[in-house]
Amino acid sequence: MHITQGAFSFLPPLTDEQIARQVQYCIDKGWAVSLEFTDDPHPRNTYWDMWGHPMFDNPDAAALMLELKACRKVYGDRYIRLVAFDSSHGWESVRLSFIVNRPAVEPGFRLERQETAGRGIRYTTRSYAAGRPAGERYG
Amino acid sequence: MAEAQPIMREVDDVKLSAIDLRAEYAESGVEAVLDELDRTLIGLKPVKQRIKETAALLLVERARKRLGLAHETPTLHMCFSGNPGTGKTTVALRMADLLHRLGYIRKGHLVSVTRDDLVGQYIGHTAPKTKEILKKAMGGVLFIDEAYYLYRQENERDYGQEAIEILLQVMEHQREDFVVILAGYGDRMERFFESNPGFRSRIAHHIDFPDYADDELLSIADVMLEKQNYGFDAEGRAAMEQYIALRRRQPHFANARSIRNALDRARLRQANRLFETSDGPIGADTLSTIVAADIRASRIFRNEAGQESEARQLEGAS
Repeated sequence: MHITQGAFSFLPPLTDEQIARQVQYCIDKGWAVSLEFTDDPHPRNTYWDMWGHPMFDNPDAAALMLELKACRKVYGDRYIRLVAFDSSHGWESVRLSFIVNRPAVEPGFRLERQETAGRGIRYTTRSYAAGRPAGERYG
Repeated sequence: MAEAQPIMREVDDVKLSAIDLRAEYAESGVEAVLDELDRTLIGLKPVKQRIKETAALLLVERARKRLGLAHETPTLHMCFSGNPGTGKTTVALRMADLLHRLGYIRKGHLVSVTRDDLVGQYIGHTAPKTKEILKKAMGGVLFIDEAYYLYRQENERDYGQEAIEILLQVMEHQREDFVVILAGYGDRMERFFESNPGFRSRIAHHIDFPDYADDELLSIADVMLEKQNYGFDAEGRAAMEQYIALRRRQPHFANARSIRNALDRARLRQANRLFETSDGPIGADTLSTIVAADIRASRIFRNEAGQESEARQLEGAS
């Protein structure tokens, strides 16, 4: 199941050239770009691990692509996303974020129903991959 | 070029069959950069000539690329060698602009570094430091001043070697992303290349910066003063001329940089002179004129005239 988080996630995966152009757009806007990775794709998992520091003073996308290549070499079997952070006053938050790397197989989520008092039902989504310990998922 | 050009002229894909080099030249804005180079930089004839040649080569190369005759990005890494103060950094800035206008680099900024910025203090510190700088230079020009300090022959465990290796690797694999310009004194650069043959083979353009002649330095002094809205009077200019001739014979002569320092000191003396001698209002002319006395108070004249002038000064003081 192709997970849909962040921008462009309903499109086919971006090519490196397309990623570079998006990154250049972010840099030209003055946003600091950085990479984050995780192997827990649950939508509520907002805290991904950082790959290096956010790049506040690199004027060209080639720098990020260099890091992306390095990150894929180490964590190519996990999700990697690009984060563009706007530090200007009033925003001070992430302006754009999209997935740039996915595991080869994405097993998706199981929907669990819990019957509660009365005839009420609580729903939980559980990632199949997250059943295994961190670092051993997807591989 | 050693490699044979692959003769795959995909004629169908290529809509252009002829390119007007003149029009390309005018349109790319290269002309403006070269003109500015001519106008604002005094002397440096051989350097300007080399830059013009390089620009022509790049323009032709770009035209060839458009016609499908060339596929590889030419190697643009350069080496500027020459004595201090001969304008290497200034020319590097212009070069970045030129390459940007020709479309060989995407951003056209210059990142100027020395050994300190690339080499770390302890094991494992160098690689991230060098990479950080390289990332900053992506899309622009990386200017490494006094590049030979990267390599310390006497210490084989020096971390400089690590920086060199990373640099060489990136220079080779990401040729289209940035351009490296190494700079330093001629003879020491030569020795640096001898001990690092990998560098020499990756650098296509070696440009030598000659020392300035005395009259060129004088024009430089004029331009520098003009920029700050100052000027010489006739005697002041003559004194400056003498000063240049004398200063050249002193140790640590750094061409234009020495001139700039001398002018800074002259301005200091001028301010002091005005402050001490002025009574009543003074005009803009007086405020912006460097006279002979401001220059002649320099240590250099004192050494030249030796005892006599010192004696005279003592007399004057008492």
